[in-house]
Amino acid sequence: MKAAVIVYPGSNCDRDLAVAFERAGAEVTKVWHKDTALPAGLDIVGVPGGFSYGDYLRCGAIAAQSPITRAVIDFTHAGGHAIGICNGFQVLTETKVLPGALMRNAGLKFICKTAGLRVATTDSVFTRAYDDGQVIHLPVAHHDGNYVADPDTLKALQDQDRIAFTYTDNPNGSVADIAGVLSENRRVLGLMPHPERAVDAAHGGTDGAAMFRAIAGLVAPA
Amino acid sequence: MKARVQVMLKAGVLDPQGEAVRHALGSLGFDGVEGVRQGKVIELDLAESDPEAARGQVTEMCEKLLANTVIESYQIEIG
Repeated sequence: MKAAVIVYPGSNCDRDLAVAFERAGAEVTKVWHKDTALPAGLDIVGVPGGFSYGDYLRCGAIAAQSPITRAVIDFTHAGGHAIGICNGFQVLTETKVLPGALMRNAGLKFICKTAGLRVATTDSVFTRAYDDGQVIHLPVAHHDGNYVADPDTLKALQDQDRIAFTYTDNPNGSVADIAGVLSENRRVLGLMPHPERAVDAAHGGTDGAAMFRAIAGLVAPA
Repeated sequence: MKARVQVMLKAGVLDPQGEAVRHALGSLGFDGVEGVRQGKVIELDLAESDPEAARGQVTEMCEKLLANTVIESYQIEIG
């Protein structure tokens, strides 16, 4: 499997994400934000966490206009797989690849802790390795993770089984406890928690490893 | 030509920062503040000199970047 990890100025989870992909057996290329094309033959692109462009204007708003992001949008529109984690989720909502938006946490504080997540659907490459309703634990670290969507969008997400994860104890005010959502074709996942920070016993948990193994095993070679 | 863009969270979107400001005002003794909404103001210096053309440009800027229209609304003042 070939994976690419996008690196914006201010990304800080790009290495962790690359390592998580590599451990699952992927060949990983890091792609700088000023590049205009993704590597050929790519199976999945990862948009990592961090503080791209210092969170100026809105989290992810400037990164959404980066040259490489245009290529990421085209890749997803062509049916490519992508995962956006934390700031990467914010970037994917800003580009409209994923619906909704991430607002300031309801409690206004930056939240850095391990969160319980319920697997809300197993119908995706990203969640297939888990059991429906299984509770896993992943770190969260964000100031703007309060997921909002208008009622019609929320209903569509629910009706189409596109809510990937919900919080067991909502830390940030997200509507319907949403921690992660899937695109309409189920090939793009955005989530605020960090699966790449839970792939090694030294991380304090390995619940994220199954996601990367499932991605590596189930994304068909291009 | 100058333009001024005011970006606010849409009505109906809970503004946690505005709520925090409202509580802080209450604790300072400013009674009777029934609501606070916090937004941002963006000032632009434009080469364009025609007000209508400038408004068109700024509207496009708002739709593409300055506001996230999923959660935010914007108002444009020209001149």
